[in-house]
Parts: sequence; structure tokens; C-alpha cells
Amino acid sequence: METAQSTLPKEEMLLAKFEEKTAAGEAIEPRDWMPEAYRKHLIRQMSQHAHSEVIGMQPEGNWVTRAPSLRARQILLAKIQDEGGHGLYLYSAAETLGITRDEMIQQLHSGKAKYSNIFNYPSLTWADIGAIGWLVDGAAIVNQVSLQRTSYAPYSRAMVRICKEESFHQRQGYEIMATMMKGTAEQREMAQDAMNRWWWPSLMMFGPHDTDSPHSADAFRWKIKRHTNDELRQKFIDKTVQQAELIGLTVPDKDLRWNEAKQGYDYGKIDWEEFNRVINGHGPCNKQRLSHHIRVHNEGAWVREAAEAYKQKQKNN
Amino acid sequence: MAADTQLDSWEVFMQSRPGANFTHQGSIHASDKKMALQNARDTYSRRSEGTSIWVVPTNEIAASSPDEADMFFDPANDKIYRMPTFYTMPEGAKNI
Ligand SMILES: [Fe+2]
Ligand SMILES: [Fe+2]
Repeated sequence: METAQSTLPKEEMLLAKFEEKTAAGEAIEPRDWMPEAYRKHLIRQMSQHAHSEVIGMQPEGNWVTRAPSLRARQILLAKIQDEGGHGLYLYSAAETLGITRDEMIQQLHSGKAKYSNIFNYPSLTWADIGAIGWLVDGAAIVNQVSLQRTSYAPYSRAMVRICKEESFHQRQGYEIMATMMKGTAEQREMAQDAMNRWWWPSLMMFGPHDTDSPHSADAFRWKIKRHTNDELRQKFIDKTVQQAELIGLTVPDKDLRWNEAKQGYDYGKIDWEEFNRVINGHGPCNKQRLSHHIRVHNEGAWVREAAEAYKQKQKNN
Repeated sequence: MAADTQLDSWEVFMQSRPGANFTHQGSIHASDKKMALQNARDTYSRRSEGTSIWVVPTNEIAASSPDEADMFFDPANDKIYRMPTFYTMPEGAKNI
């Protein structure tokens, strides 16, 4: 039968079918046909997401041996272990798109693949561990909740799993902040200082404003993304301000005010120049984060080699 | 140095409670069965999500092709007599 569709070349027909599926909100599985641009977009986004989970272990790892109590140390270790797990969920989901884990790690090491800019800032005091859990994980949760409905099924499944684990991360951070705000003047100052340093970078985690956001048109049409950067940022701010006020922390933004009409907060200008400076390698910890990962990866090579050798030995027996 | 293999990929299936189906969780990397089970436990069951785990080498899995899904699953549609609703029961029959 001669229909309009069957006269299209094969590639265009496949694309039309794919777009019909994603438009209807159907999930895409690894073996389904997908446009190269969709695959590329996902590999970039998912590997960056995986790298962020793994690199994010560093600023927190900095405080494991100095946690103020055994309870705090156990909690921090469990949280860091979860983040490693999140990295693994995401690497394995990204591998279903045909990239190997080794390639992803190489891309991280060469600088071709990025990780979340926020981890280029140092964790200077114990209050930073509170601020990271509460604000950084808090911002990540808003983003990840939205991604639970992303069109690529393995990514979506990984997000569902991650979101289940994240709420403890945010709560333990907020508990640290609340505890410090009930402490001595010096402890309160420390908490406020952490708030001052982490607030703006947390807002930057959602990426550029919608008006200057590259890569986004396809991502929305193909339902990789469901909410815009600004929508998610607004959601995070609206949730977090009350939590800050409740424990006596001041949000470091003199332009922050409730807007009755939009039922949300108006907020000050984000310093994108700083964002660009840091993401292009001039943040306080860029070098340290990457060189640490490279060093540990190389130092662990013998473990992987030994495991391979042991496998061969078992085969030969 | 030889290529860094990152070890082999394994698919992980987990039973959430005794008697339940094993469901796919995701994959992990490991060089042998024992390491695969340990890594699967560490990766997918940190909060007692599972009571039992299967691991299967990823390249040992045969999967149906999405392109042939229509042909592959179609025969089920014209055998509606496989469904209990196909049959007419005498009025008044109970517990059937
Ligand atoms: Fe995480
Ligand atoms: Fe987290």
C-alpha cells in the first residue's frame, strides 16, 4: 500500500516513529532505534551525571576522619558510599547506549566530559558537610525527581533508585546545620559562613537561564528533560528559604523576596561570570579533584589486573 | 600498559522478599561470579532491598528485538481462548 509514510526514506520513517513514541510519553529502551543526537545527548548528560556522583565524594571524604562524633562519621561514610553507588547506577545505565566505562573515565580524565561545577569548591569546615547535604543534595534532588520521568528507560530507572536514597542525604545535612545553629556563637557563624559560600553555587547547579541554555530544544522534544532549568531552580529556592529561616540562617541574597503574584520568591542576579570561570578550570579545586581521581584510578589498576589474572587462572584449572 | 578493561559486565536480578519474582536491577562490573555477587550486593542492596541475588554475564543474555516485537508477540492476540473471559458460563454458576 502506498501511504505518505512509506515513501519516506527509512531513516526518516524511523525518526518519525521515534518522535511519535517520545511525544506520547513512551519509554525508550536500549535496543530501540534512536536518533544519533538523542544517543549523544544522553551519553553526555548521563556520564556527566555519573562523574558528578563520583567526584562529589571528594569534598565529603575530606571530613570522614575529622567528623565530630562516631555517629557523624558513620552517617557521612554511608552517604559517601551511596554516592559511589549512584555513580555506578549511572555508569551502567550509560553503558547501555554503547559507550564503555573505560571510555567514560578517559573522557573525564582528558577533560572532554565534565562533572558538576559545584564540586570544584572546597569543604573548609564541618558546617560545609551540613551545607553540602542540605543544599547541594537538595538541589540535586529537585533535578533528579524531575528526571525520574525522562524518556530513556535505564536513566529513568536509575533516577527512581537514586531518589529513594537521596532524602536521607538532605536530612542529615539539614540536621548538621540545625544542630550548629543551636550551638555557640562561633558554631552559628560557621554555619552561616557555609550557607554564604554554598548558596549561589547551589543555584548555579541548575545550569544557565532558559533564555541562554544550549542543547535544550531537542532535549524537551524527546522528553529527556521535563522541566526547564529556571523552573527547577525556582522550585529549589521556594522549598529551601523556609528551611533556612526556621533554623535562623540568612539566605545571602538581598534581593530575595516573596512574590505574592507568582507564589514564589524573586531572587538576585546569579554571577554567571564566576560560573564560567570555575567551569573552565579556574575554580579553587578543579586541579585537585581531577588529579586525585586520576591518581587513585591509576593506583588501582593493579587490582583490576590481578582480578583479570585470577579469572584466567580459574578458567585454566 | 594493557587496555584497562574495567572487568566484565554482569546483569543483576534481585528477589525483594522470599517467594517474589527476581527482577532486573541494573548491571555491575566484576571479573568472576563471586566478585559479581559481592558487587551486586554492595551496589543494589545497601538497605536490605533484597533477600536473594542472581548475576548473569551481560553477553550471555539473549533478547528479543524491538523491530520484530509485533511479529514476535502477535500470535497471542488471535488465541483469545487462552483467556478465561472467552468462555460463557451457565447463569447462576458460582465460584468459577
Ligand atoms: Fe547522589
Ligand atoms: Fe546524595
